Amino acid sequence: MRFIWYIANKEVRTYFASPMAYVVSAAFLAITGFFFVASVSDAFSEASIRGFLAGAVFFMIFMSPAITMRLLAEEQKIGTLELLLTSPVREFEIVLGKFLSAFITVLAMLVLSLYFVILLFVYGIPDVGPILTGYLGLVLYAAATLAIGLFASALSPNQIVGLVVGAGLLTGLTIIDFVSDRVTGITSEILDALQLGASFSVFDLDSFGVAESGHFADFARGILSVGDVVYYLSITAVFLMLTVIALETRRWR
Amino acid sequence: MIKLEHMSKYYGPYPAVLDVSFEVLKGEIVGFLGPNGAGKTTTMRVLTGYTPPTRGDAVVAGYNIVSHSLDARRHIGYLPETVPLYLDMTVTDYLKYMGSLRGMNRSWINERVPKVIDTVRLNDYRDALVGKLSKGFRQRTGIAQAILHEPDVLILDEPTIGIDPIQVVETRELISELGEDHTLLLSSHILPEVSMICRRVLVIHDGRIVADDRPNNLSERLQHSERIELTIRGAEPRAVIGEMRDLPMVVDARRDNRAESVARAERDGTLPLIVDARPNAQATEVIANKVIEQGWGLVNLTPLPLTLEEIFLELTTEEDLG
Repeated sequence: MRFIWYIANKEVRTYFASPMAYVVSAAFLAITGFFFVASVSDAFSEASIRGFLAGAVFFMIFMSPAITMRLLAEEQKIGTLELLLTSPVREFEIVLGKFLSAFITVLAMLVLSLYFVILLFVYGIPDVGPILTGYLGLVLYAAATLAIGLFASALSPNQIVGLVVGAGLLTGLTIIDFVSDRVTGITSEILDALQLGASFSVFDLDSFGVAESGHFADFARGILSVGDVVYYLSITAVFLMLTVIALETRRWR
Repeated sequence: MIKLEHMSKYYGPYPAVLDVSFEVLKGEIVGFLGPNGAGKTTTMRVLTGYTPPTRGDAVVAGYNIVSHSLDARRHIGYLPETVPLYLDMTVTDYLKYMGSLRGMNRSWINERVPKVIDTVRLNDYRDALVGKLSKGFRQRTGIAQAILHEPDVLILDEPTIGIDPIQVVETRELISELGEDHTLLLSSHILPEVSMICRRVLVIHDGRIVADDRPNNLSERLQHSERIELTIRGAEPRAVIGEMRDLPMVVDARRDNRAESVARAERDGTLPLIVDARPNAQATEVIANKVIEQGWGLVNLTPLPLTLEEIFLELTTEEDLG
């Protein structure tokens, strides 16, 4: 078990020793900041973080695979995976360590984003409930997207392949309602149940944060539903397991 | 320390290694010699637990590499062919990280890291980024991680490939030193290198072990000799061997101890011999003349098939040190 921590520790250091973490954090704050400002700068706008949440959910589709793309692809490319797999370390420890490092990096970004919340309290009287559920939802959503990104990174020694496959899977799971709207019955229900983010109308400045469907919608409204929590935890667990399997099958190739 | 029993490894339908068995005893330094693509790396990957064998068993330090993989891996130090380094770490940090992944505790790591840095002579580079080091120094960093956790078995895959000649010499000296207190299996496609470091050589070709011998015997056999099977009737063994050895082109003559030859000899009452001679010296003719001159009965005089020589044509037998 301690191997998970050793690996996570090393990877977090690598993130913060390279420009990667800073560039991605800056982009994250800039983009979510834009959505936040746009959502609260109307004359009678609501003091909420819905705009920030919309931006974060949208941006993580690309940011999460960008953060995880290096983690397993690079080990394969430079041959250090051979060293890891011949050390007395189990595959799941490698995967959990890598996942934890990316998760810690994203948590650091979310902590930085708390200054939006501080601004709300300085200039308005926000409702605390939706802020708490919103952040909880974002943490769960981040875990799910990072697990998908990590899985994509395990598939190939090429980081770009990891990024494209990861972002592709996430986009697919986000816009799945395009398909579910056009079918009926059980198929439609299953597809709806799989929808990852929310169909935020992220580019519609009048309706920021109005979530129509998807598992993030209730978090943004301040509702905590067990189904949504279980969904994100399941996606995280399933893709971490797939990552372990992807590593194990590398041994047989 | 290392035991392979009828190990085969297939990639898809293609065998990379076929029915290989050998054993390496504690303290032995064994060279694993073969041309590129012969199955050296595959065999080493099976031994280190990177990839499981398709058939057969591999036991390292007393642990089966499949069923007790973690225990076996704890006792192995491995340097893969592409030296696995994190280029953005310093030599010291890299070694500490590798130590922690080997399950070493902090005090053991702090004790061992300076020692191995000293062993591989990287004292002046302990805080240098691995990415800034020359290839030879990277190789040494790779060797340092392999010996860090004081493994019983050291497996080095082509440790001198792609580094400059002076560093090759230094790396070989280093490996020879390591051989003093480790069981060591070292692969190479360079015959002189293996002869320099190892006391025993396994030759692998097309996934099979084709020879298992001392390096000087191998070099004699392979570089300078033609092997001839000679069977004589009605002569005193010692006299024949003596006469043969006196011939100018003969390197060595000895009794043929292969089971089928011995059986045939007992049945027919003949004397089977193996004669190694220098190539291109018309050895068969000279030997035939000698046998007739001595009045012995010449039963059989056959040059043996040149399988090993053919393999060695593909090996690097001469070194170009620039």
